[in-house]
Amino acid sequence: MPDLIAKSPLAGHAPLARAGTTLAEGAAGPITSIAPYPGRKPQVDAALASLGLSFPEPNTVVTQGAARLLWTGREMAFLIGAEAPLALADHAALTDQTDGWALLTLSGPMAEAALMRPVPLDLRLSAFPVGRTTRTPLNHMQAILTRTAPDAFEVMVFRSMARTAWAELAEALEVLEARAKAI
Amino acid sequence: MRLTCPLCGERDRREFYYYGSEDYLNRPAPDAPPQAWDDHLHNRDNPAGVTRDLWYHDMGCSSWLVVTRNTVTHEIHAVELVADRKGGAA
Repeated sequence: MPDLIAKSPLAGHAPLARAGTTLAEGAAGPITSIAPYPGRKPQVDAALASLGLSFPEPNTVVTQGAARLLWTGREMAFLIGAEAPLALADHAALTDQTDGWALLTLSGPMAEAALMRPVPLDLRLSAFPVGRTTRTPLNHMQAILTRTAPDAFEVMVFRSMARTAWAELAEALEVLEARAKAI
Repeated sequence: MRLTCPLCGERDRREFYYYGSEDYLNRPAPDAPPQAWDDHLHNRDNPAGVTRDLWYHDMGCSSWLVVTRNTVTHEIHAVELVADRKGGAA
């Protein structure tokens, strides 16, 4: 079989800078969804300890070096940036989702304002602090939204919606830049 | 309208999908008389006042919720996880 050329979901989209804020594609690395079997949280935590991680509380991220564990729903978390320990397979349903998601990063002073257009949440730092992650709609798309710094966010959407998500966020930035210039 | 998801917090109505009466959770025994199954599948109250129904947090954490609300005042009295009910999470 010939070697196939792997393309990222947003290959060909150069970073877009508007209003001092940059929209870019991020590289997540391996993504594995972890859904603990009923009553197996202690064993799941024990298996995750080999990575220095533990199963996250709702709406939070647990980080250890390049490995991150994002809460992504009821009794569901995504392990990102590391392969799942083998022992975990006995206590949780594991699914490789590496190629299923697109990761977009939005960083800069207008990141918060841009995201508050398509997302029906209060994203001010006081209400949505660094390290918070949540499932929320990005307009009509089911997204995973994470705040990585006071002025930086990560947005994950299904790979099939990568370009739509890019277009929605790019439009928000264009509007914010136009408004800043008009004032 | 906003619902406070026990996991996600206060969220906009557009994140949720309405399923119907809480009756769907109270499944009759397999050998129950036809009248019990008829009630379970088809017959619904339409109260002016407090009602309990099922909602799905489809744009959020994918939880099934039981919402107690008042159809007259539009108050939301309680939002509970179906999984927290006895036997809710297998």
